[in-house]
Amino acid sequence: MTVVQFTLLATVLFSLGLYGVLTRKNAVLVLASVELMLAAVNVNLVVFDVYLQDALHAGQIFSLFIIAIAAAEVGVGIAIVLLIYRNRQSADVDQLRSMRG
Amino acid sequence: MACDRSPTPGGGELMTVDLSSWFSEVANWVFLIIAIPTVFGAFKTVTSQNIVRSVLYLVVSLAGVAALFITLGAEFVGWTVVLVYIGAVIILFLIGIMITRAPLGTKADLSHGSNVKVPAALLSVVLAGIIGWSMVDAFENTMIEPFDPTSTSDLADIMFTRFVIPFEVLSILLLAALIGAIALARRDEEDEVNR
Amino acid sequence: MMSTLFTFATQIHLAAEEGGHSDGAEELSGFIDSGPIVEWAWLIFVVPLVAAFLIVLFGKKSPFKGWLMAWLSMGFVMVYGTVLLILNWTQGVVYYNQITVGEIGDLVIEWGVAVDGLSIMMYFLVGVVGFLVFTYAKGYMKGDVRYTWFFASFSLFAGGMLVLVASPNLIQLIVGWEMVGVSSYLLIGHYWEDYANVDAANKAFMVNKIADAGLFLGAIIMAVSVQSFRFNDVIDVVVRGEAGMLSQYAFWAGLLLFIGAMGKSAQFPLHVWLPDAMAGPTPVSALMHAATMVTAGVYLLGRLFPFYFSDMFAGDVRNIIIVVGGLTLFLMGFLAITQKDIKKVLAYSTVSQLGYMVAAMGAGAYTAGLFHLFTHAFFKSLLFLGAGSVIHAVHSNSVDDMGGLRKYMPKTYWTFIIGTLALIGIFPFAGFFSKDEILASMKYAGGNGQDVANFILVLGIAGAFVTAFYMTRMVALTFFGEYKGHGEPHESPAIMTWPLIGLAVFATTAGWLNIPGMFTPFTDWVATRVPLVGLGDHHPEGFDIPLILIVTPLVLVGVGIGWWLYGKDRDTQAERDSFRIPVLWPLWQNLYYIDDFYMAAIVRPTKGAIANAVLWFDLNVIDAVVNGVGAASQVLARVTRWTDEDVVDSIYNGAGALTEASGSVLRRNFSGRVQQYAAFSFLGVVAIAVLFIVL
Repeated sequence: MTVVQFTLLATVLFSLGLYGVLTRKNAVLVLASVELMLAAVNVNLVVFDVYLQDALHAGQIFSLFIIAIAAAEVGVGIAIVLLIYRNRQSADVDQLRSMRG
Repeated sequence: MACDRSPTPGGGELMTVDLSSWFSEVANWVFLIIAIPTVFGAFKTVTSQNIVRSVLYLVVSLAGVAALFITLGAEFVGWTVVLVYIGAVIILFLIGIMITRAPLGTKADLSHGSNVKVPAALLSVVLAGIIGWSMVDAFENTMIEPFDPTSTSDLADIMFTRFVIPFEVLSILLLAALIGAIALARRDEEDEVNR
Repeated sequence: MMSTLFTFATQIHLAAEEGGHSDGAEELSGFIDSGPIVEWAWLIFVVPLVAAFLIVLFGKKSPFKGWLMAWLSMGFVMVYGTVLLILNWTQGVVYYNQITVGEIGDLVIEWGVAVDGLSIMMYFLVGVVGFLVFTYAKGYMKGDVRYTWFFASFSLFAGGMLVLVASPNLIQLIVGWEMVGVSSYLLIGHYWEDYANVDAANKAFMVNKIADAGLFLGAIIMAVSVQSFRFNDVIDVVVRGEAGMLSQYAFWAGLLLFIGAMGKSAQFPLHVWLPDAMAGPTPVSALMHAATMVTAGVYLLGRLFPFYFSDMFAGDVRNIIIVVGGLTLFLMGFLAITQKDIKKVLAYSTVSQLGYMVAAMGAGAYTAGLFHLFTHAFFKSLLFLGAGSVIHAVHSNSVDDMGGLRKYMPKTYWTFIIGTLALIGIFPFAGFFSKDEILASMKYAGGNGQDVANFILVLGIAGAFVTAFYMTRMVALTFFGEYKGHGEPHESPAIMTWPLIGLAVFATTAGWLNIPGMFTPFTDWVATRVPLVGLGDHHPEGFDIPLILIVTPLVLVGVGIGWWLYGKDRDTQAERDSFRIPVLWPLWQNLYYIDDFYMAAIVRPTKGAIANAVLWFDLNVIDAVVNGVGAASQVLARVTRWTDEDVVDSIYNGAGALTEASGSVLRRNFSGRVQQYAAFSFLGVVAIAVLFIVL
């Protein structure tokens, strides 16, 4: 197994996630795309951890942290989407323009 | 094998991987079998016009990622992905979909028009290209040495000694997120009255 | 201030070898040339100047409104002068010291003090007469509206005069000269509410200034010739008989300096300011215009005596000097006959006596001339103060308001009589000795090669007659007969009469300081470090009996005629005046028309043509320039406004507009859509990544 194959996979996942963030209209789907990007990052971290045979396993530990944080983030994010839906009766990100300059 | 077995990063020779030798390894076939659905799942997540299917495709992707972790020996991380991501995060997404009464049929337009899609696609491709090219350039044919699966007790040891402070901070973060989510999402008295 | 004085003193102390001796000249031996008393002698001129300064600043609030400070400063000068005089008398003092205050090319400008016989005599004189006059002035100036300022100016004058006589070099002399000129202007114009007094002050100043042209030019020639401003250096060159630049230009230097002396000492024809100067308060007339300031010219001649009397140098000038002095003494005496103003009589008398002193200098009689200066100071100031006392009592200067005052003012009367007797030269009063000595010296000079001296001798003798005549006239008209004025005249207060008595004592005894052949301390006092006998200073061994036998009777005859004409028939004296000597009387009364001549020849053209020319220049040329500058400023202002409003403002406006425009363009980025923000962020990331890879 080469390192490159894993990192290429991570790259593809990341860019697909980016495409989703930029493209999707529904707030929940934007969050889902963000999840994809985070997963890609995790793949990278773990691969390098295994490749380097890190005694501290810092890559894996860090990826655990990322997973936890991503979960917290999604929790808060869904709560916000909920609030927005309650106020505007829509989860369309295009409607969220009040910060318009 | 025709690949370089040096353990040092970036120590590969300027020789592209011999594809035939690559395909001869079982591990690589496994990788391929797992990777293709993962990518496919990711692709459908971002392009599907059905919101529930979109989320379910995400499940597929994440499952693939977990499988990859296990093939890499990071068992604990892999099972954590299954538990947390697929187990909890996806559920949150589904709850979010339900509560926001997202349009469930396929006719809903869940993406912007092509005036947004094309530049976004371009950007993604360019980014992928850059990162990918730099990766290939850096890690020509660096192999991953045979390894033992990561021992969970080792991880635990490290987590609670070296990384105990980030761990504690993370737990406070989770607490904050918990309280925040509750504070944001609860219904106030007025809302109760308005209803 | 004390530290500055101390530094000054220390500098003098350190530079102690500057003065004192000089090579090549024979000197008196056994004299004092160091020691604290002479080294601190510069205080003599500093103390009055400091007093003047303090009076200006604090006078109104100080005791006696400033008089006390002035009086004490003069007291100090008197005491110090007396001490120095005694030292000089017993031992002899020759001390010069100076500090350098500047340079012009190779010439060094110095400021210092000269303490030798001539200076000491002047210190003593200024101190004693000044002290007595200041005492008198307290009473005379009482109630004056500018009392404090008067004493400030008076102290300034005293300081300036002392600077003049203390100067070891020409520059300091000129400074002192100008200082007394300024004080004279201030004091003559003391009653400036009356415009005539202002005119008198201007006249005094202007005439002196004209003469000062001569002084400056002469000083420059002299200093450049000798490469030094110091008197001692000039004298040394003269004594050594060095042929050089000085001997080449000596005539011009001497003549020009004498012209300066003529102005200050009111010699004909630059005498015109002195009678008008009587417009000032009487103490001023007494001190300045009788005893001190006017003697500055004689003093200068005395300082440079060797220069004037060495044939190799300015010897040719002395004939001019003696003739000018002779004309002055003779012509001016007559003018005193015709005056009704008591002060004017004394003024012309002063001019005439100054003529005697100058003529004596011209005849080479150094000691005689200075001795007359000395005695004249006492009796003339006495006469002026007495006149002031009379004026104070009758509130008028004119004899028409006087008469019979001897009954009312005995002290004034008797001291005035003593002064008169001294002036006309009656034995044993002071004028007898000094005037006779002058005449004797002139006779000697005439016999020794200066032929014109004989002619001047005759004028001098005639002058004695005239002096007796006009003084008797005045005394008769003032103190005898019936009182023609209003009110009740009374004797002056004690503060005014005591100085009169003091001066009377001096007027009596001063003459005894130079009894030829017997007791001549004065000759020793004014002797210089360079013996002058060889240069014509004649020290007679005894009285010149033939001369006395001619002069004294003549004087008595003058007194007699005067008494006969004016002592009796007092009521018709007014008529009688106009009957006197038909041609000459109007000439005298109109002062030889000299004033009118000056008015027509100099003053009117200046006021008229020159003033108009200057006015034209001012209006057309200078104003044109000023207007041009104004117009240019206006143009500049307009350009600036245009620049400011059109250019600068448009820049600011443009900047504002640019900001607005760019703002409205960039505002489109703030769509509020997060996805757009994310897109741009990642675009940035891509760009940075490309940069990293490329670079």
